[in-house]
Amino acid sequence: MVQNKTFSGRLGKVIIYTIVILLGLICLLPLWNIVAISFSSSEAVAANAVGLTPVNFTTKAYMMIMEDGQFWRSFSISIQRVVLSLIINMILIVLMAYPLSKSKRNFRGRNIYMNLIIFAMLFNGGMIPTYLVVKNLDLLNTIWSLVLPGAVQIFSIILVMNFFIGVPKSLEEAAIMDGANPWQVLFKVYIPISLPALATVALFSIVGNWNDFFSGLIYMTKVSNYPLMTYIQSLSIDIQDMLKAGANSSQLENIMEVSNRNLNAAKIVISTIPLLLIYPILQKYFITGIVVGSVKE
Amino acid sequence: MKPIEHANTSVELIKQKKKGRKLTKIEASYHLMLLPGMIFLFIFSYIPMFGIIMAFQDYIPAKGMLGSEFVGFEHFVYMFSLPDIGQIFSNTIVIALGKIVLGTLMAIIFSILLNEVRLKLLKKSIQTVVYLPHFLSWVVLASVVVNMFNLDGTVNQILTYLGFEKLNFLGSNKLFQPLIIGTDVWKEFGFNSIVYLAAITAIDPGLHEAASIDGASWWKRVWHITLPGMLPIILLLAILSLPNILNAGFDQIYNLYSPMVYETGDILDTYVYRIGLLGREYSFGTAVGLFKSLIGLILILSANNAAKKYTDRKLF
Repeated sequence: MVQNKTFSGRLGKVIIYTIVILLGLICLLPLWNIVAISFSSSEAVAANAVGLTPVNFTTKAYMMIMEDGQFWRSFSISIQRVVLSLIINMILIVLMAYPLSKSKRNFRGRNIYMNLIIFAMLFNGGMIPTYLVVKNLDLLNTIWSLVLPGAVQIFSIILVMNFFIGVPKSLEEAAIMDGANPWQVLFKVYIPISLPALATVALFSIVGNWNDFFSGLIYMTKVSNYPLMTYIQSLSIDIQDMLKAGANSSQLENIMEVSNRNLNAAKIVISTIPLLLIYPILQKYFITGIVVGSVKE
Repeated sequence: MKPIEHANTSVELIKQKKKGRKLTKIEASYHLMLLPGMIFLFIFSYIPMFGIIMAFQDYIPAKGMLGSEFVGFEHFVYMFSLPDIGQIFSNTIVIALGKIVLGTLMAIIFSILLNEVRLKLLKKSIQTVVYLPHFLSWVVLASVVVNMFNLDGTVNQILTYLGFEKLNFLGSNKLFQPLIIGTDVWKEFGFNSIVYLAAITAIDPGLHEAASIDGASWWKRVWHITLPGMLPIILLLAILSLPNILNAGFDQIYNLYSPMVYETGDILDTYVYRIGLLGREYSFGTAVGLFKSLIGLILILSANNAAKKYTDRKLF
């Protein structure tokens, strides 16, 4: 009986470990396949011969990208966008979260601001009116069209506000006793103590801006102004449309250079590298962020 | 006695007045801090809300909002007279609901299984890998999905190897919705499991020990201890995900669909983009968008009320 129980326990463990490892592989292998494709020869890719290791290893695709001026222009637009957005987002997040973390009694009007902000989170004019505002401000084809419409990150503000509410009041009172004004309290007391929450929202901003392709698609009318994701999206669409339409590889070969598929894969790999570089930090702070985000009220 | 009492109150009054004045100065700083953000919010959130007027006009860009002719509810009437609109609504809801239900189930199952993994290094590695797709853009992942699911892709190679017929996942109206739901679950289940994993770790281990001593099997313990322990958070997240029932995921579908699968793949957001923005039917697009926003607003307010009522948390 006891033996039986340990046996089934051990069998259960094996099954659980197998399922969990399989799920891990299902997440990893499709991504790894793209990496292998990017290092394979175009003939091998066209023949669908590439599995998990590159076939006829070559760095030709990467060499071609090195000379692709538009790729690096888009790459630099994306970097600029991420940096500008990060600066503006963070300034506005701390400046708005701090007063909003005050009670109605200490800051009359707090609830009016809060309601305005929450309403803007729940309801919006939609894609077209927002596009027209950006257009009428003459922001089309400028980097600001990618930065300013997302300047106020409401979810992040609420997250940091909740974190600020949890900061012990005695710290602020002590600073005021020493003659600090609200600005000094914010920058000398609240910000240093809230670095984990601020790191979380900073990462939200970086990942969101790096990954977004849609703003580039609607606000940029010239390909030369595309941020990286929009650029990659515009490139892959031709080949993908044919694959989606059910073209087989020999048809594709006849119609266009399938060689593009490994070039595309290489572009995708490079575009993912910045996120992979910060991934260890991401993993750590996104988890804290989720925990902080579900603060009880 | 009396004069002293009087003196006392006046001192307090002065104190109160002083305090009031000081507060105003601090409050002025608070207003100033909020000012830049409120300006951005006004320009990019509130002005577009006034743009909703377009939905009731025959908006002509050259004439502007003030010069365009008012047509009342014409665009809304037109919207409901379109043969496609019912299909688009049903696509949106089916895809969104499928993602919510299957995504939640998968995340719950995965978190329960992962919790059983005792090897620290293995657990960490698996977490690292399953969280990864969440951080990648659908632009990137669409290439991955097309690469896997096209007619000559890995999935069809496996199907052929197993003796099945090839399936045209990306070009068939029958298979497109399952593909969209499945790949979204694939992208998010790992990341969504974080919250559930946290809920499981919060369960008192003593309960499991006691149940084990009493001879309860693993299944029984999951069913009677783990799942009830997770129930509040499952309920909360389920309520809060309801407003997303009209958000079927623009980025994913835009990057994966093609005219061949418009019938089952077209959702409200892609429709507004194609007809409204690309087709320059600004007024009509705004009307459809407004309709969606209004339903979304009603859903989110009800969800928030429900969350407040049935759990001790709320969204805002």
